[in-house]
Amino acid sequence: MLSIRNIVKQYAGHRALDDVSLEVESGKIFGLLGPNGAGKTSLIRIINQITAPDSGEVYFNGERLNQSHIERIGYLPEERGLYKKMEIGEQMIYLARLKGLSRADATTRLKFWFDNLGMESWWKKKIEELSKGMQQKAQFVATVLHEPDLIILDEPFSGFDPVNAELIKNEILELNKQGATILFSTHRMESVEELCDAIALIHKSHKILDGRVKHIRNSYKNETYLIEYTGDKLTFDGSQPFNIVSETDGDDNSHIIKIKLNGGSANDVLQYLLPKTRINMLQEVIPTMNEIFIEKVNLTA
Amino acid sequence: MKKVLLIIQREYLTRVRKKAFLVMMLVVPVLIAGMTKLIAYVAKDSDQVSKPQTVKVIDESHLFEGKLKNAKNIQFIPTDETLDKAQKGLADNEDLSILVISKDYSSKPVQFLSKKKPSFALTGEVENQMNEIASTNTMLANHIDTALLNKAKKNKVSINALEVTDAGTKDADVGTSMGVGVACAILIYMSLFIYGAQVMRGVIEEKTNRIIEVIISSVKPFQLMLGKIIGVGLVGLTQFGAWIILSVIVTKTMGNNASGGIMGALQTLQHIPFGYILFCFMFYFLSGYLLYSALFAAVGSAVDSETETQQFMFPITLPLLFTYLLSVTVLFRAPDSPLAVWLSMIPFTAPVAMMIRVPFGGVPAWQLGLSMGLMVIGFVCTTYVAARIYRVGVLMYGKKASFKELAKWFFYKE
Repeated sequence: MLSIRNIVKQYAGHRALDDVSLEVESGKIFGLLGPNGAGKTSLIRIINQITAPDSGEVYFNGERLNQSHIERIGYLPEERGLYKKMEIGEQMIYLARLKGLSRADATTRLKFWFDNLGMESWWKKKIEELSKGMQQKAQFVATVLHEPDLIILDEPFSGFDPVNAELIKNEILELNKQGATILFSTHRMESVEELCDAIALIHKSHKILDGRVKHIRNSYKNETYLIEYTGDKLTFDGSQPFNIVSETDGDDNSHIIKIKLNGGSANDVLQYLLPKTRINMLQEVIPTMNEIFIEKVNLTA
Repeated sequence: MKKVLLIIQREYLTRVRKKAFLVMMLVVPVLIAGMTKLIAYVAKDSDQVSKPQTVKVIDESHLFEGKLKNAKNIQFIPTDETLDKAQKGLADNEDLSILVISKDYSSKPVQFLSKKKPSFALTGEVENQMNEIASTNTMLANHIDTALLNKAKKNKVSINALEVTDAGTKDADVGTSMGVGVACAILIYMSLFIYGAQVMRGVIEEKTNRIIEVIISSVKPFQLMLGKIIGVGLVGLTQFGAWIILSVIVTKTMGNNASGGIMGALQTLQHIPFGYILFCFMFYFLSGYLLYSALFAAVGSAVDSETETQQFMFPITLPLLFTYLLSVTVLFRAPDSPLAVWLSMIPFTAPVAMMIRVPFGGVPAWQLGLSMGLMVIGFVCTTYVAARIYRVGVLMYGKKASFKELAKWFFYKE
């Protein structure tokens, strides 16, 4: 769908992107992660052809990115904004027409979306009369009204209350189901695990990690397990086939230990513990995206 | 191109639909009509207020006897009374004055005595008549024949057309030209500012609203800038058109009895080539507007709020302000002076300077052509420069822009 190859973008005084390459597969949800100032917005602006890279290419469906692709991309910038004094219906239609939609098409689609999101009564309202959350909703509609193949969302959930965030999340998933590829940048790692098929982590103008979320998380497993047992608290003398990372006492005489394997397997652990106590749970700890994010960023810092 | 049209449409409609626009459109012609009514009324009133003045003439030189003609509200009465005696009459009559012409009036000044300070109209009239008579007398005394005399008079006229004239109509024409010239210059000056500032405010609005990023992910910054400039320009043209039409309608319906009002002014306007001036006005408004509004757009893109615009506004508006001040003080007296010609060639000053010159007529075709050509080149250049600053500026937030910064933006690659 989108192939970004060796992008370099230099601003006066600093390099925003340094040899960044990405592949966004068609029909997938792709997360663009990175701390503030990493170069995410620069990259998104290049994909939107707001700025051009100093070197490197972007391919859209195999074609070199050009003006004709604008109509097939929907973009929700991080800094939201609409004309305050303009009526919302008219404004949505205007924005859709700038993306090449006819007035008639824009009107019917807008009616559909307004019905869908419970915004029917808003049509004649001016943006300044709406609450911040309502404006965000309107802006989301403006982003997807022309049914783009690629939807780029910069921090889509910021500014939404939990109810509307859920609503928007479901709309994003629905659009994705209908075939739209979604590229979104975010800091919220839990939404990454929930939504994204693949991610790229950008830090200090470089891509430092990318791939499928599952693969990445699995590759960051480090043989750590959580074990919960009931009974008297065990003491370990060092002969056990694992290292203790932490110990916590739970309710009702239950205890949780976090362990790291010491050359053996989980089975060895069970074999060692079973005669000694009653095991309630053994779970492999898969690092969260949040942990990976922090680890990677700190590593390269 | 289709997208530029869409932008033009939006910029135009949102402005034209505003209440302020409608109010301005309706209020201004009513104001103009009201003003002309008021002026007509005041003029009429002052005619009644100024009672007929009687001027007793004590002419010791006997050179002016019978030659001073009674004018409107002025009556000349030759008298043989002595000055002292006549002066007594002044005390109880405000509308009486005494003109004392000594034997040698050229060395000893002519005296004009009255109880109140005489009006400028009165002394002016007397002075004019006396100058006329005196010069005629002098020439006759020197045996200059009438043909030569007329020629000499004509020479004098061409030296200074404003002060001595042989015909009233000539005087009126120059006055009208001056009036029209100054009016055009003021109108151009104000409209360049008003509509240029509207473009700038529009750009700042888009930037502070942050809608700019959405828009320029759909269109190129240049298209947006162009659409905005053209849209606002059309609003200006609509406003002018509406004013002209409504003013005519309002003054017509308010009655033709306001003979001294705008209809009278329109009648004198018929002496001057109205179509030619209108064409020039429209050309210089449009080209000047394009030139300046592009710069205004660049300024708007460089700042985060309207309060920050000052430092950039000043150098941009300086040439305009300079020409405007020169125009209404000096240039309209000397529309063909080298300064006026030069100013009407430089694109930044030409809209105002040329509009001062055009109503007088006699601007050589080559000068007009050259000026117009330079205007076109001028606005193409400023638009190019402004567009390069604009495309970078609209995406810059929180950076305090300086002229150095702007120059850097100009050289940025895409």
